[in-house]
Amino acid sequence: MHNKTVSELKNDLEKKEVSSLELTQHFIDRVKKYDCKLNSFITLTEEHALNQAKKIDQEISKGEFRPLGGIPLAQKDIFCTKNIKTTCGSKMLENFISPYDATVVEKLNEAGMIIIGKTNMDEFAMGSSNETSYFGDVKNPWNTDYVPGGSSGGSAACVAARLSPCSTGTDTGGSIRQPASLTGICGIKPTYGRVSRYGMIAFASSLDQAGIFTRTAEDCALMLSYISGYDPKDSTSSRKNVPNYVKDIKQKFTGLKIGIPSEFLDGLDDNVKNVFEENIKILEKNGCSFKPINLKSSKLGVSAYQVVAPAECSSNLSRFDGVRFGYRADGVKDIEELYKKSRSHGFGAEVKRRILIGTYALSAGYYDAYYLKAQKIRQIISSEFAAAFKDVDLILGPTAPDCAFKLGEKTNDPIAMYLSDVFTVSTNLAGLPAMSIPMGFKNKLPLGLQIIGNHFDESKILSLANHFQQLTDWHTMQPNITRE
Amino acid sequence: MDKDTIIKIADLAKIEIKQDQINDIVSSLEKILNLVDEMNSINTDNVKPMAHPLNLKQELRKDKVLEINNRDLFQKDNKYTDNGYYKVPKIID
Amino acid sequence: MWNPVIGLEIHVQLKTNSKIFSSASTDFGAKQNTQACAIDLGMPGVLPVLNEEAVVMAIKFGLAIGADISNNSIFARKNYFYPDLPKGYQISQYEIPIVSGGSIDIVIDDKIKTINITRAHLEEDAGKSIHDLYPNESAIDLNRAGTPLIEIVSEPEMQSAKEAVQYLKNIHSLVRYLNISDGNMQEGSFRCDANISLMKNGDKKLGTRAEIKNINSFKFVENAINYEIERQSILLDEGDKVIQETRLYDPVKNETRSMRSKEEANDYRYFPDPDLLPVEIDNNLITSIKKEMPELPNAKKERFIKQYKLNEYDIGILTADRELSEYFENTLSQTKLNPKSTANWIITEVLALAKKSNLSVQNYPVSHEDLKTLLLNVHDETISSKQAKEIFDRMWNNSEKPTDIINNEGLKQISDVDELNKIVDNIIKNNYKSVEEYQSGKEKLFGFFVGQVMKETKGMGNPKIINEILKGKLKK
Repeated sequence: MHNKTVSELKNDLEKKEVSSLELTQHFIDRVKKYDCKLNSFITLTEEHALNQAKKIDQEISKGEFRPLGGIPLAQKDIFCTKNIKTTCGSKMLENFISPYDATVVEKLNEAGMIIIGKTNMDEFAMGSSNETSYFGDVKNPWNTDYVPGGSSGGSAACVAARLSPCSTGTDTGGSIRQPASLTGICGIKPTYGRVSRYGMIAFASSLDQAGIFTRTAEDCALMLSYISGYDPKDSTSSRKNVPNYVKDIKQKFTGLKIGIPSEFLDGLDDNVKNVFEENIKILEKNGCSFKPINLKSSKLGVSAYQVVAPAECSSNLSRFDGVRFGYRADGVKDIEELYKKSRSHGFGAEVKRRILIGTYALSAGYYDAYYLKAQKIRQIISSEFAAAFKDVDLILGPTAPDCAFKLGEKTNDPIAMYLSDVFTVSTNLAGLPAMSIPMGFKNKLPLGLQIIGNHFDESKILSLANHFQQLTDWHTMQPNITRE
Repeated sequence: MDKDTIIKIADLAKIEIKQDQINDIVSSLEKILNLVDEMNSINTDNVKPMAHPLNLKQELRKDKVLEINNRDLFQKDNKYTDNGYYKVPKIID
Repeated sequence: MWNPVIGLEIHVQLKTNSKIFSSASTDFGAKQNTQACAIDLGMPGVLPVLNEEAVVMAIKFGLAIGADISNNSIFARKNYFYPDLPKGYQISQYEIPIVSGGSIDIVIDDKIKTINITRAHLEEDAGKSIHDLYPNESAIDLNRAGTPLIEIVSEPEMQSAKEAVQYLKNIHSLVRYLNISDGNMQEGSFRCDANISLMKNGDKKLGTRAEIKNINSFKFVENAINYEIERQSILLDEGDKVIQETRLYDPVKNETRSMRSKEEANDYRYFPDPDLLPVEIDNNLITSIKKEMPELPNAKKERFIKQYKLNEYDIGILTADRELSEYFENTLSQTKLNPKSTANWIITEVLALAKKSNLSVQNYPVSHEDLKTLLLNVHDETISSKQAKEIFDRMWNNSEKPTDIINNEGLKQISDVDELNKIVDNIIKNNYKSVEEYQSGKEKLFGFFVGQVMKETKGMGNPKIINEILKGKLKK
């Protein structure tokens, strides 16, 4: 049952071949049984989930069907949920219960999905390995000595391990695509503004975007259509109509022109390169035409990102001051000490590092050299993409420079850690949609194929991914843990 | 980036830095700044800075009061409140 | 000798129903933190959405001072920590404010002086910290957090406390004319910071300035500036330096003192707020707002001169306050009342009582209709203006109606000629001796006859008519 896709489960539920209660209980049992090895959940919401499942089953028995009614879901712990803790992976919010639901949460509840828990993540989404979480590392289901990637490591690991059929994630510099790549599943980061950011705890507001983890492109399409759309509560969300992704990806698929940036292949690990090129051949045989393109400045993406993201986060995280909510240091002598102790004890090392870098980049005398410069690089990078999309439909490359690395391998080397986002950050800077799908293995660890589209071209991305999955079976591979 | 700068920055950010941490922090921040400085490898004169990925315009809200008093809900888990006030150590201006 | 150079930053709370970035109420005086919603509290994950009315009000102000309205202004974050600033930053405007340029004319010693305005930008107000509620703690009330403000920044072009206060009063009157703020200074919806420096005679270079924060009355502004001018000139005369700092005015001691706490190197790290997009203002909006613009103080003054032929002094007083000018015009409208005497009535009688009971026009116990009735009775000589004053007192203090008072107490003058003729005839009959003396030239006896008639009419006789009748009947 846990190997079925969201679309299959939707079918079974509507045909009443399985009840939401059975389904929910089954996945919760799997979490209880296996998550001790993975630590992919921070909060398991068993009671809430079973009650919701019963409610949905009653509706179904009355012939009332919600679009995703009764299907279990894991929510990244960055999305605010009423009556359920929202920690954002931080001691700062260890006991925080939000008074409202994030728009993404509201929409998926409305669609009838059952939240079985909140998933582990890098603290405030700052990390690429899920080792900065206050609630401990998440392990890669393919080999528990390895990281699952980050920041949405828990959401990726639990789907890869079949502890949940799907999950939500957020992507600021690769936090959906990189873990999807490292755990061998699908993860899509839509166009900036496609999905509301309301109630999603902000890391870098001009880069953050919510997305979906599933095992198939079809499931991504299905779920994306329910979280997308304009939200009056988010001024930066787009009024563009939401296409019918599920229908779109089934349309005839011919003559896609695809660009491959030479910058993504230069000096790339040989194994990764070979795997990538094998898959290109498959697509070429099936009607895609490929051409090399240039994204000269994309190599500066990480540099610009490491200014823009920290600068915005240094300001976004100022609200965590111990006064109204969150961790508060006790027995302080004055307000200054209240601030400094609450923030220094409530935040972990990586978060503090980024706050300091960001504060520095914005401070008097450095603003132009860092923040403004980065915003200009951002302009250049995004115009290079715009130019490329004048003669290609999509851009392809590896999602990450390599497969998963060992736990602890990069924890003392922030630069090496940051560089694992080298292929993903530029799309956030440009606000473009991108997706990672499984394309093979290196040393028994999954590798991801990144598909980048033009603004609001999610349909094209999903359609290529869907057809690729008709031609390959990488997405059906399972870590042993799922066979236990 | 030197010690004095990091102390000033930490103070602006209200982050406490212990004396014995300063050197480590300075060196790790310097590594990041070196990475960041690669931005200077290209000229950006006459490039317009980009603050938003899409060039949308601000949506405006009608001037209607829709919120009700939720004070008790907001202060439920905060033991540093009294009679509806948030309490902080006395501030002397 | 030293010449003061003064610039003002005025914070005006806009009278929108809801806050600038949330749908919480802006009403004053609600119980602590009952009007602070998740957005005002800066809860994790919330986002600001801009209030259309706040933008419209800022545009109205810009148009009123002849400024440029930016067609895509930017909101920026001003970052600093303070307990009544929930997000750890204030959403304000920095690089591209919504209003830039423009000016205001002030009249000082009958000379017109133009004060240029640098900019006016939209921003959110902070909450309140209350320091005297608990022995060892400060209490935070965030009801005010997120109330829309425009901050109006003047050029440093004022040279005395008098000029500064006049400029402040003109801005105050303007925002009330525009109906974009209630201008209530006690409640803090109109407050100002003053930048003061001294410049040596004939010098071109500005001296070091001190900024006095949050002054909330015209009187205090005047005192604070005068005190500061005094303080700085003493320093400079003694060869000391003025340090650039923020100071606080203490109305009790009537002095300014340094706020060292604010001196810790402020570095606000302004940057464009990524949660808010550029505010596009198209010309259609501006033209439609132009149509709704009310008559502004200067236009009204011009009109009053032409229409009512009043002097500068009267007009100055009547138009200083939009409500008062409307009270005057409503009293006058569709009557044969004389504008000048009506103006006098309002300026002397009405304003006197208003001052005594210190009431603003909205709260006058005498409506313009009742005042109109009263003055019409004077006009057609039903009552004397002496009586009118007494009656007005009662209308004001016991909110009685003028017609009631006049009727119930027979305060009507006897202007009935026949009735008066009879009375006069009797008096002449009973005092033939005095009549003879009068006719033989003892003219000062005339007063005696008037007195007799008044006695008969219990003082209600219309003196004008009585004189005429007597003159006629006493002739030989």
